[in-house]
Amino acid sequence: MGRYLMRRLFQGGAVLVGVTVIAFALLHLAPGGPLAMYTLTTSMGAEDLARISHELGLDQPLPVQYARWATNLVRGDWGRSYRDSRPVLVDIADRLPGTVELMLASLLLAIGIGVAVGILGALRRYSIFDYLATTGAMVSLSIPTFWFGLMMIFVFSVSLGWIPSGDMYSLGKPFSLLDRLHHLVGPVTVLGLVLVAPWSRYTRSGMLEVLYQDYVRTARAKGVPAPRVVVQHALRNALIPLLTLAGVQLPMLFGGALVTETVFSWPGMGRFFVDSLGYRDYPVLMGILIFTAILVILGNLLADLLYAVVDPRIRFG
Amino acid sequence: MKRREFLLATLGGVGTAVASQALRGGRAVAAPQKGGQVIVGLSQEPTVFNPLKPHIEVDRGVHMCLFDALWRMNPQGQFVPNLAATIPTVENGGISTDGLQYTIHLRRGVTWHDGAPFTAADVEFTYQLIMNPKFDAATRVGYDGIASLTTPDPATVVLKLSKPYAPMLALWSDTYIVPKHVLGSVTDLNNNVFDTKPIGTGAFTFGERVAGDHITLEANRKFYGTGPYLDRVIFKYIPDLTVMFTRFQTGDIDVTGIQGITVDHFDEAKRLKGVTLHTGPTNFVEYLWFNLGRPQFQDKAVREALYLGMDKQSYIQRIYYGVPPVSESYLAPSSWAFNPNLPKHEYNPDKAKARLEEAGWKVGGDGIRAKNGVKLSFSNSTTAGNKVREQAQAFLQQNWKAIGVDMQIKDMPAAVVWGDYFFKSQFDSVTVGWNIWGEAGGDPNVLNWFGSGYIPVKSGKGSNTTQYANEKMDRLAEEGVSVVSQEKRKPIYQQIQAILHEDLPVLPIFYYVNIEGTKAGLQNYQQNANLVSNVWNANAWWWAK
Repeated sequence: MGRYLMRRLFQGGAVLVGVTVIAFALLHLAPGGPLAMYTLTTSMGAEDLARISHELGLDQPLPVQYARWATNLVRGDWGRSYRDSRPVLVDIADRLPGTVELMLASLLLAIGIGVAVGILGALRRYSIFDYLATTGAMVSLSIPTFWFGLMMIFVFSVSLGWIPSGDMYSLGKPFSLLDRLHHLVGPVTVLGLVLVAPWSRYTRSGMLEVLYQDYVRTARAKGVPAPRVVVQHALRNALIPLLTLAGVQLPMLFGGALVTETVFSWPGMGRFFVDSLGYRDYPVLMGILIFTAILVILGNLLADLLYAVVDPRIRFG
Repeated sequence: MKRREFLLATLGGVGTAVASQALRGGRAVAAPQKGGQVIVGLSQEPTVFNPLKPHIEVDRGVHMCLFDALWRMNPQGQFVPNLAATIPTVENGGISTDGLQYTIHLRRGVTWHDGAPFTAADVEFTYQLIMNPKFDAATRVGYDGIASLTTPDPATVVLKLSKPYAPMLALWSDTYIVPKHVLGSVTDLNNNVFDTKPIGTGAFTFGERVAGDHITLEANRKFYGTGPYLDRVIFKYIPDLTVMFTRFQTGDIDVTGIQGITVDHFDEAKRLKGVTLHTGPTNFVEYLWFNLGRPQFQDKAVREALYLGMDKQSYIQRIYYGVPPVSESYLAPSSWAFNPNLPKHEYNPDKAKARLEEAGWKVGGDGIRAKNGVKLSFSNSTTAGNKVREQAQAFLQQNWKAIGVDMQIKDMPAAVVWGDYFFKSQFDSVTVGWNIWGEAGGDPNVLNWFGSGYIPVKSGKGSNTTQYANEKMDRLAEEGVSVVSQEKRKPIYQQIQAILHEDLPVLPIFYYVNIEGTKAGLQNYQQNANLVSNVWNANAWWWAK
């Protein structure tokens, strides 16, 4: 187990180095640069842009820029944002609470509804409920989030006035938990419904696979109560593919959801990444990419380790 | 002074009726009421709080609330004192007759947000910081012509120039003064506590920034000038303009800032209840910007023909809903230097064709004109994703196809178009909106834009990316900045506008109109085309209850 973990972590480290090289090269080789943002709005001339470019080190050859960036990173210095001069880690850390709040609430909603719908769909296969759930999943997968979000706002905010049209909380008002929850309703409904489809589909197929296994039939024959059969015998075994899904979705928890954040004016990581990309804020972009890469590696590792917990047949050697 | 400022701040704007009533009566009939907050929606996020660092427009709006310059330009194009007690002129002895010395008397009794007194040493420090090679200042252009800046006493600043420079007043109107007692002692001039906790003399103090979401500014109760009447101003970042409009509809934001309401939402906005719409023209001119380094554009006949072949009226009518007024100049009619006698644009495709024929551009087998192996074919670029502009490009493409000219649309992300592609003149043509008057702080100076010594690919400085070179223009543009008197500058700039209209290095199309909405009840909101942000007088805003 220990050796397995070491090997996986070493592999992860190698992947990380690869990610930084490729990401750095792609970001810098893509046309455009961080100084373009000043062209349209200020009276800065070519001499000013050349001076700033030199001071940021952007006039250096790419390998030199990478070496400097990587050396600093090893020393724990992730660099500073070109846009707000703050350390990249502070900028990322600032976006995390809002991102996790939105994503966790949405994921929990999606998992709750998705797993329940999936189990019921599997138990009542080809029933009206099952057909409705399948169609619902298709619709939720194919509906454009931007449109859906705006529709939510039009109906429930503009027309009915039931929910706020955006923001994490009422601006300029003292903190209130109720106010926070109220603001969560819109974005979490949108995002939760978008995320619910894979959970219900995976659960349904996972359950169907195990429900017709011999040991389930045996349990039933032995007279084990139906709910216990479903939960203890079937669901536990149907969980394995769901763990993979959870592992894959873990980075999302911190990565945010661009479209929902945009529609509901929510300050999350998705928006942060796209804004930084627009400004070519290289230190921030690299920071987010590394951060996400680490999460992906850890998420997958965690899912693999959890397999052993839920499935005694799996051993690491 | 307070009263005069108040008058200036309210003239011609929203709430004028209330204000003038108050003033006419000689007593406060409807005096501004204190309290409340305003949420300004912005489609870009302000992040730079040191006003001397490289920044973008939305940052400037926050600077205007937190800081003061020596003076600020009002909507009528006049400088109004802020940290200075008076505006220096030749008449009041503030500017020497040779234009080489400026004596500035500062307002007394002004304090920084932390309570420290503001003095001439802060102005001196601000100038020194801009010129300090260790500091990444946004620009040193203009400041580098100051031979010395001295402070004979704590309330006086004396500038000596190496040669006369007329935009000096405009330059200082956009130079926000920073505190010496804070920034003078930091170890790293570029990254320090000032970036996250700025301290100014402005009407509002810095509250907090929730990154990616909003910035809260609190009223500065010790402000030396008018107001502030509001308790706070909140700048809320709303990246999508459709979402911004929706949030204005629901009443979540009180003001739609900077990009405001897009023209395609204008009709819907007019039907909204409980809101006031402001539709003043700006000094932003939409241009078709040529790269004269391309052989096809070197021929003046081509530029003329393209202007003749552009159906400007339909362009504005069909794509921009007829909202923005036609432009023939880089200056707006509100500028003192505006030339009202420029020939009016004429849409005449037949004349355009004839002009090209006589210049030797003959139609080839593919329907596109060519001369000496050079095809009359080029690309036009702008920021990708700007829907309205994309339609305008397609419209122009049709216009010009009819006269045998082939224009391809090549739009790219902002970071690409406005980087080296633009600054190193790698483009054929771009569609772009510039505020040449406002970028100079409210001055008609064009040296940087059309002077032949200011072509970035040739001299490494300036913004003359169109690579326009005309000796007469150079002479006039130099003369325009070296004469201090506005009376004498006026004919020079009128001539400059006539030459630009004759040579057409760029085609002016229209003046942008900022359609902005404010919630009814907000008093004194006033568009100021001379500045890049309309929060310029937030100190005078108040809610009528």
